[in-house]
Amino acid sequence: MENTIHATQAIVTLDVALPGIIWGWMITLNMWAKSIGTGVILVGAFLLYRHKKEEMPNLRWMMPLLAFIFLNIFLLFTLTDLHHPYRMVNIFLHPHWTSAITVGAWMASLFTGLITLMLLIGIGDAHPGVPFKGCKLTAMGRSLSPLYEKIFPFVVFLAVPVTLYTAIIMAESSARELWQAPAEVMQMMWAAFMAGSSALILVSGNWSKEARKDLALVLAIATFFSFMMYMGEYFFSFKSAEAEATLAFVHSGGPYNVEFWFGMVLGFIIPFFIAMGNMKSDNKTLLKLAAILALVGLYMAKDVWLKIPQLLNLS
Amino acid sequence: MKLGFLVDLNLCMGCKGCEVACKVENEVPLSTWRLRVKYIDIGTFPDTSRSFTPLRCNHCESAPCERICPVSALHYLENGIVNVDSSRCIGCAGCMMACPYGAIYMDPETNTADKCTYCAHRVESGMMPACVVVCPVGANIFGDVEDDNSNISQYIMAHQGAVQVRKPEKNTQPKHYYVGGGTQTLDPLAHERLEGYGLFNNITHLEAIGDKHHGVLDRFLAPFESEEKYDNRSFMDFDNKDYKSELTEGDN
Repeated sequence: MENTIHATQAIVTLDVALPGIIWGWMITLNMWAKSIGTGVILVGAFLLYRHKKEEMPNLRWMMPLLAFIFLNIFLLFTLTDLHHPYRMVNIFLHPHWTSAITVGAWMASLFTGLITLMLLIGIGDAHPGVPFKGCKLTAMGRSLSPLYEKIFPFVVFLAVPVTLYTAIIMAESSARELWQAPAEVMQMMWAAFMAGSSALILVSGNWSKEARKDLALVLAIATFFSFMMYMGEYFFSFKSAEAEATLAFVHSGGPYNVEFWFGMVLGFIIPFFIAMGNMKSDNKTLLKLAAILALVGLYMAKDVWLKIPQLLNLS
Repeated sequence: MKLGFLVDLNLCMGCKGCEVACKVENEVPLSTWRLRVKYIDIGTFPDTSRSFTPLRCNHCESAPCERICPVSALHYLENGIVNVDSSRCIGCAGCMMACPYGAIYMDPETNTADKCTYCAHRVESGMMPACVVVCPVGANIFGDVEDDNSNISQYIMAHQGAVQVRKPEKNTQPKHYYVGGGTQTLDPLAHERLEGYGLFNNITHLEAIGDKHHGVLDRFLAPFESEEKYDNRSFMDFDNKDYKSELTEGDN
């Protein structure tokens, strides 16, 4: 700041009203839901690599079901946040490929399509009578059963860029200096592992102890590294005047200080210790509590990180 | 050809003629601005000075708004102008997030992104932008920065070493220059913007971007409703009791 001495202090005395927060809670919800949608696929793939399917009897249909639900929440709020939702079709008719929004929309649509197919197959195989006996969709899913294993590796591969593209949108938002691509990319990845493991923990009631132990391990690692990255940015930041001014909103006395630390303690510190403890002695209830806390805390952390750079005046 | 702007802040007297001319020429709705003149008071009473800074789109050569726009609603013209096609805009506000100069707004009438286009429609027919024509002191200088003989190039040459752009560290290569500005006037972090009633007006933030009455459901229903229902609703949101009672009577 150049206005710290009397001779140079400068104050705006006449100006227009400036925009406040442009991307609000809908974008937070969008990012949070996408983390779950792609995270369950990434963590599910890890579990399938490590364990036999029999140890996680409902994973084959539960994983695409969770992904399907949360990807649709993500897509719904992506659409709802647009001022002209029907013009979303322009992204497909007039794509502009330098934009991470365009690339992301195409990849997320393809990803959701493949997840829908996996869900149909998964449900068709596991519950032929759902939603009703003789349902043609479920029957079609059953008939395509061998396809599940064939498309799954591609879906896992696609889950990575679908997870990461929001970080590139944030990096392309040149006006917001707090959002640096390397940090945001890693935060998105950790968020997906956090959210994915948390969501799967909530449906892992009848899974083997070993599978749950792995879920706890993923949750512990993801919360630890994500927390460390937040702390790195919080205390040391990307050294620029804008980043420092942005972080003042979460530092002591800042309007987002309480929400940030609430999110950190609730979503990262407590779940980390519960997950670590759970690796020694299996406690389903405590682990589920950790999962819920992690999901709540993750939402709060994402909300703060999305909003604070927008509080800075750009001109 | 690369069109650019230069504002000589030594000449600008803060009359806001350019701001008004821009509003009229481009029919810029209330609560939004393509060009604004900001007053900044520097120093401590009685040793103070007031500076006036016209702020508009910088028509960057490497424009972050153009890069992030998913549908090319923001695009370059051959003369370097970064133009907007509002009929294609989906209203994602990505450009507002990307522009380091806060030069883009959401038009509350159309709910699409909009900004200064250097009066591209006037330039196309050989006229100067409205803000240039109206400036009483010639503080706004407009022309081809690639032509060494243009007014703007000559002006830049004459003030070598004193020409600045805003936020050069962003590497956007803006085509909007300033002469006579200081850090306090051009860097938003170098001056305080205290919210509340000040010397002249209420320094504040907008409650929403676009039409604040254009809620989530309205966005989906708008194409099926008549325009009257949605057009200009934001602008009726002031304490005009006569209008409100008239509206109620009309509804009955």
